[in-house]
Amino acid sequence: MTGGTAVRPRRTEAEAQDLLEIRRLIASHKRWDAVFGVVGVIALMIGVLTFVALFVDMAINGVPRLDWDFFTSFPSRRAGQAGILSAWVGSTLVMLVTAFVAVPLGVAAGVYLEEYARKNWLTDLIEINITNLAGVPSIVYGLLALGLFVYAFGFGQSILSAGLTLGLLILPIVIVATREAIRGIPQSVREGSYALGATQWQTVRDHILPYSSAGILTGIIIGMARAIGETAPIITIGALTFIAFLPPSPLEGNPFAWLFSPFTVMPIQMFNWTSRPEATFQVNAAAAGFVLVLMTLAMNGLAIWLRYRLRKNIKW
Amino acid sequence: MSTLAPRSVSSGALGVEGLTNARLAHRRSRIWKERLIELLLFAAALLSVFVTVGIVYVLVSESVQFFEHVPLSSFLFDRQWTPLFDDAHFGIGVLLSGTITSSAVALSIAIPLGTIIAIYLSEFAAFKLREVAKPFLELLGGIPTIIYGYFALLFVTPLLQRVWPELPGFNLLSAGIVMGIMIIPYVASLSEDAMRAVPMSLREGSYAMGATRFQTATRVVVPAAFSGIASAYILGISRAVGETMILAVAAGMQPNFTFNPAEPAATITSYIVQVALGDLPHGSIGYQTIFVAGLSLMLLTLGFNIGGHVLRKKYREAY
Repeated sequence: MTGGTAVRPRRTEAEAQDLLEIRRLIASHKRWDAVFGVVGVIALMIGVLTFVALFVDMAINGVPRLDWDFFTSFPSRRAGQAGILSAWVGSTLVMLVTAFVAVPLGVAAGVYLEEYARKNWLTDLIEINITNLAGVPSIVYGLLALGLFVYAFGFGQSILSAGLTLGLLILPIVIVATREAIRGIPQSVREGSYALGATQWQTVRDHILPYSSAGILTGIIIGMARAIGETAPIITIGALTFIAFLPPSPLEGNPFAWLFSPFTVMPIQMFNWTSRPEATFQVNAAAAGFVLVLMTLAMNGLAIWLRYRLRKNIKW
Repeated sequence: MSTLAPRSVSSGALGVEGLTNARLAHRRSRIWKERLIELLLFAAALLSVFVTVGIVYVLVSESVQFFEHVPLSSFLFDRQWTPLFDDAHFGIGVLLSGTITSSAVALSIAIPLGTIIAIYLSEFAAFKLREVAKPFLELLGGIPTIIYGYFALLFVTPLLQRVWPELPGFNLLSAGIVMGIMIIPYVASLSEDAMRAVPMSLREGSYAMGATRFQTATRVVVPAAFSGIASAYILGISRAVGETMILAVAAGMQPNFTFNPAEPAATITSYIVQVALGDLPHGSIGYQTIFVAGLSLMLLTLGFNIGGHVLRKKYREAY
């Protein structure tokens, strides 16, 4: 600027041109901001609308079919009389075995890795292995179970085999959730416990586990929600699609006979009905699917709500 | 500790030595109990390794038996897959083509949309929207795949047939589209996490240089978060390749050597389901084929994971 300080510098023609150019540039870049704002919302909406379409379509087709008989009838050759009794009973029993396998093993492994494990190659191996297991396609677990549980161990195509399979499948989820929950506990809690003379296990039992229990529970619920919807591994071990009886009751005879009973589960029942060409069976599929979706949504919703509460309430 | 108190009272009678012995015995039993518990916990952690060993053992041992009957070359290069016919052919390429085609359709939807959603949520959206959208995406990711299969067969395919009447009832296209939508939450959620982990100072530096939000997002945040975004993509690819039920329901299960998404075809995973639905005798060659298919699937995902690892190593940004 050549002028004195009091005189406002006069812009030359070229400088004014530059300024216009810069303003245009800024405006065009800002336009990109606005465009992306819209594109982002559209992308998000595609996800949301698909979900709404899926849910509404299933509700319209399935809800009229839902009545008490649908829950208390066995599958049938006649679509109108078919129900999901054997399917939901099977799902419940399989989930029982799954929880029995995955919860103690997953929590124990998580506690070991967070609280006990030394930094060595074995720990590294276990950690890498768990990360990799979480990425293994679920059908591969089905093949493992077919070779190992069904034939090598001789459990057959039973509730036990299915529960063990799904238990191993969700093990990484439970382990990771346990570790994350434990990691959130400050070191001072452990130090306080040790200072009072507690052993490591006493610290874990009386402090670490109670304080992390809500976080662990979240992981367990998410894992169970995943397990209840898994179809492929259970088909692979050879679950039947048409079961018109219930497993033996534990109150009569051998209390563990139900573990070795043939079974079907909700997603398999739905798969069976979906793959039939008759429209009436597809209505059944929609009804079963609606029940299944509600179940998984409720479980996942509960887990998300728990975690939200947790984040809000705990301040160390 | 309360058990120690009465002992210390009687220490006069027992003498110092007796007290020390009792304490040592207590201490010893405590140490043994601690060791035992640690061992049990360690066994639980080690079990996960045995799961992997079990998977590899089952897949490899059955596959070895399979390759005693079928030469590797015909497995890799035969263009027919008819393991249950009298004139049996075992060309894995047929199943692989279905897997690749459906995954390509799925990823061409999931990767762009997932990335856009991640950038939008991380850099553009208001805090409130993000707090709502993230759990919603998680809910979407939790829906059982059989439900998506139903949706693909009975909602998306009829919808596509309205615009494109020649489309067959079973096709890879609608299965792939629905699979893509299923994978969006995984890609979006993980990519968003990676972008949020980029330190604020980088963004502030970019804004200070006069960059807009979009420029900051695409030229600063995304490159800085690339290693995390790459892992999200790899997870998406693994999901697509390993997805089973959507394909088994909506893509038909006929082996078909094709890269055309408008055709029905079997994939590696849907073939396993198809065989498992039937009643194959244990130990037959048909039974062994599903383990070979499973092994191929594992090698495929392993390959992608190794590729992803290399990519992450190469583009890792440290702050």
